[in-house]
Order: sequence, then C-alpha cells, then structure tokens
Amino acid sequence: MDITKIDVDAAPPLARGPELLKAATGIRGLDEITRGGFPRGRPTLVCGGPGSGKTLLALTFLVNGALIFDEPGVLMTFEENADEICSDVASLGFDTQELVKANKLAIDYVRVERSEIEETGEYDLEGLFVRLAYAIRAVGAKRVVLDTIESLFAGLSNDAILRSELRRLFRWLKDQGVTAVITGERGEGTLTRHGLEEYVSDAVILLDHRVHDQVSTRRLRVVKYRGSYHGTNEYPFLITQDGFSVLPVSSMGLEHRAPLERVSSGLDALDEMLSGKGYYRGSTVLVSGTAGTGKTSLAAHFIDAACRRGERCLCFLFEESPAQLIRNMRSIGVDLEPWVAAGLLQFHADRPSRYGLETHLVTMHQAVADFKPTVAVIDPVTNLMTVGTYADVQAMLTRMIDHLKTENITAMLTSLMPGAIAIERTETAISSLMDTWLVLANEDIRGHHRRGLYVLKSRGMAHSNELREFAITDHGLNMRNGPDIPADSFRVRRVGEDEARHAHV
Amino acid sequence: MHTSNNVALPLQAVGETYRLRLYVAGQTPKSILAFKNLKHICEEHLQGRYEIEMIDLLLNPQLAAGDQILAVPTLVRRLPEPIKKIIGDLSNTDRVLVGLDLRARE
Repeated sequence: MDITKIDVDAAPPLARGPELLKAATGIRGLDEITRGGFPRGRPTLVCGGPGSGKTLLALTFLVNGALIFDEPGVLMTFEENADEICSDVASLGFDTQELVKANKLAIDYVRVERSEIEETGEYDLEGLFVRLAYAIRAVGAKRVVLDTIESLFAGLSNDAILRSELRRLFRWLKDQGVTAVITGERGEGTLTRHGLEEYVSDAVILLDHRVHDQVSTRRLRVVKYRGSYHGTNEYPFLITQDGFSVLPVSSMGLEHRAPLERVSSGLDALDEMLSGKGYYRGSTVLVSGTAGTGKTSLAAHFIDAACRRGERCLCFLFEESPAQLIRNMRSIGVDLEPWVAAGLLQFHADRPSRYGLETHLVTMHQAVADFKPTVAVIDPVTNLMTVGTYADVQAMLTRMIDHLKTENITAMLTSLMPGAIAIERTETAISSLMDTWLVLANEDIRGHHRRGLYVLKSRGMAHSNELREFAITDHGLNMRNGPDIPADSFRVRRVGEDEARHAHV
Repeated sequence: MHTSNNVALPLQAVGETYRLRLYVAGQTPKSILAFKNLKHICEEHLQGRYEIEMIDLLLNPQLAAGDQILAVPTLVRRLPEPIKKIIGDLSNTDRVLVGLDLRARE
C-alpha cells in the first residue's frame, strides 16, 4: 500500500488550456469536482432515483444563482407536488417566494393531465417554449431548471412528437444561452427512464441513494462532462438543514504542505522518543492498542498540551460521551473541562451506527469548517468500522485524513485492537496514511501488569525504537526512563513489525 | 369502462352555448388548418351556439400558463364545464367531437 494511491483523481494541471466556461452551483464540493460548476449556456442532466435529491440539487443551483451569482432563474416544474417542493426547500432556508417577489426567480407549474386531453392530428410543444421564453424574459434568467420534464411522457401519448420536441427544446435552450439543469428519473439499466441522456449530452450528474445495513448513504457521480476535466469518483453527499454538500476531498491529490514545526505529544518522555520534539504539525498520528492500554489517556495529554498552547482542539468521540471522558481523564489528573469552558476544546460525540459513513464524514467536515481547530482527535476511529464495508471505511478515512492534512491540522486517531496478536484491518488500511504510529500494549509479566509504548514508525524523524514502559497514575501517564522490560515480552511488538513491513511503511 | 361510458354518456343539451378557445403560436400551417377544421365542425354541429376565441401565444405569451397550454394548437372548451382540451390540428373530426362531448366515446 503506497500513499500515492490517495491521489485517485489526479487532476491535470490547469495550464493545459482554457476549459469551458462554467456556471458555479455554489454547492460546496460540487464546484470543485466539476472544476467550476455546470457548463455555462448548456443543459446539464441530473438523474437519480426517487428521493435521490435531484430536485434539491437543481433548486440549489437556481437559488444560489439568484442569491450569490446575480443570475436570475426560471423553475419550470412538471411535478404534481410543486407546492411541496417549495416548502421542502423553504426548510433548507430558501425562500423561493421572496425571490419571486424580488423578480429573481420565476416559477411555472406545468400540469398535464392525460385524461383531460384529447389528441387529434399534428401538434408541437410551442406552448411550452412560449411559456419558458416568457418566464426567461420576465426575470432576465441566466439559469433554467426543468423538473422533471419526463413527466410529459405520461401526459402525452405521441412519443415521436414529444421526442423531436425535446430535442428542439434542448437546442433552443442552448440558443437562449441559459445554463439549464434538467432532472430525470433513473430508469432500469438507463440513466433516465425515457432516455433523456440522448438529448442532453454535455454534462450528466448521477445521484444515488443506497441503504446498506439500514444505513443510508448518498453519492454523486459526474458520469459525463464534455470538454472538461472532472472528478470521476462517487462522491458522498449530504442533505442537511444547511442544504446540499458534496465531499470531493480525494480530488485534492497530494499537495499538502510539510511543515517542519513540531508539536508536543503532551508527554516529555514521548517527545523525547520522537527525536526530542514531538509530532510534526499537520501530521497524522495513529495510536493503537487493545482495550485499556491507555489510548484515550495519551490522546487526553495531547489535547491538554494543545489547549495549553492556546490551540483549538476538536475531538470526535465514538465510544464515550464528553462527560464520561472528562470524568475519566480527571481521574488520571488531566482536567479538560476548563478548555471546554474556554472555548478551546469542542467535543462531537456520536454513535457510529447513527448515520452512514458519508454522513459521518460530512458532519465531521462541517465541524472542522465551523470550529477551525489546529488539533483534531478521533477516538476511537475503529468504531467507524461497524458502519460500512472495508473499502468504504478506507475511502472515508483517506478522505478525512487527507482533508485534515490539507488544513494543516495535527490529528490523532486511536485504534482499538480486539486482541494483542492481530493488528486490525483498519490499521493496515490506514497505516500508510499515518505519519506516526504508536502502539500501546498491556502484558502480565511475571505476575505484574505492565504497560508499554513504542513508536512503530514516525516519518521524517529519527525516532526511538525502544519499547518504553509507562504507568497510568492519578497525575497522568508516567513514562519511565529507558527500556526496562525486554521488548520480547510484548508479543504485539513482533506482530506490529510484521504488519509494518507488510504495509511498506 | 368504455362500454358503460357508451351507455351513460349523455349528449349535450340542445341550446347550450360553447365557448371555445383556440391557442396557436403564430400563423403556421398547423394553426390555420386547426382553425379551418374547428370552424367546419362548429358550423356542422353547433351552428349558432358557439364562440371561438383565437389566442396567438406569440402575441400573448402570458396567457399560456393560465389554461396550462403546452401543445399548440390546443382547443379549450371553457363552457360548458368541465373544461376540455383537445390538442392537434383537429383533423380527426370524430375525436374532436368526442373531445367536445358532442359524441359518445366509442
């Protein structure tokens, strides 16, 4: 496993020539994946199953256009529940009525009831064009959303006319110079039920909503984007009260800075083992060990030291509540409560099973964006293993770590190993992303319960290779000087080294 | 269902006035044909009790949304109620008559 594998989306340098003009969606992440937004002046197809978020994506594009980019828009909706849609987006803070009043948005509800219509002879859909042109003119629209025009297939029986008119419509939209989003319901084995992708071929976005083990995950993929580079992954996205957000983190590639600044682990003796200075700022530290080896205590020291330096620290808990953690750490003489009160330390506690991985990822991102920490702790990261498949978890952690590195946040992840012998799969999955890997072990040696710590790896520094014994006292982790237990006594050490070799550390 | 309709569908009472609107978009061959066909049908079946209002959406685009016009030509029977819509150039007289409730659905 090589760290360069993170660079899944290797974006070619921008210097390769001018790209298409884009119309920004204003959706966090989506503009990054599409390198600027949807193709300006062309139609984009957004397809997905029921409830996949197509309408919301389209409406966000429209509302952001009107609010942020000074590009008024037209919503032509063919849905029976158009009123519902508007109240749905109202719950996300979009006041469509206000925009209509301000002449920045025109909404036209198109209703076609097959049972009320008799068809006789030749016709075309000029009425639709007239309505659209009228609405575009009324607000000076630069953006148009058609949601979901495929409803026409249910309303009109002449497929041939409908198809040739749709073809004409999409051409006409281009002639108008508007950036259009056309939504389409996903069909069996096709992107849309009626093959809209045949007509709208400039850009196609596919949304997916899966439920796996009762955990729901939403993903977005750019299926096609003519004339433009774009990320090709499936990107997790989330619909929250703040709207639509996509996580394109892996598209960032390997452009992290590599600062030389060091930050203390919170323990002088451990700093000493790390060439005397502690971790690199912006690096990622994995602390693994079986239950009760002192992982959280080590993290608490790290947090405490960071807050003492006046740094902001964000702590994600997937096992204990903040109150439990504070109580437990107080018992070993580390009082984190004052840091919480001072606003330097923030906890986010969640049950891993409460959401899907993507949601965890997105909420963690939002927390990072909101709190702007310089230090982050995830305790324990292994609990996230329960909410997804191996590959999913690996992808998610890669994204998370990548993001933290990009933000120059020094991160500590604790990893619970089920037994002393096996190094968990999670660890082999993410170890290549780790700059420093600490292993904690418990052993009963000659009838004594002994604790040991060693540095399995630490990139870019001459670190100690010794196994150091430590004690957890009522005034914190206490490391003794020098290796006073034979390293062989700790079985985990050998296993860890094998794993490390295996992972090309 | 069709059979029961066949029996149950009453023909319109004699003397009721038909208010019809024909939506077109410009003087296209289709719209001219539709008007011609409509005029012919009305003269034949509704003589003296019909009004045709012709609306050119190119001149009055704002009127399209009100009657939910998509296709042109669209004939809207505004009275007698309920509102009926017939789209196309009205070249199939039988279907127009059915659409206007002037003939029972077969």
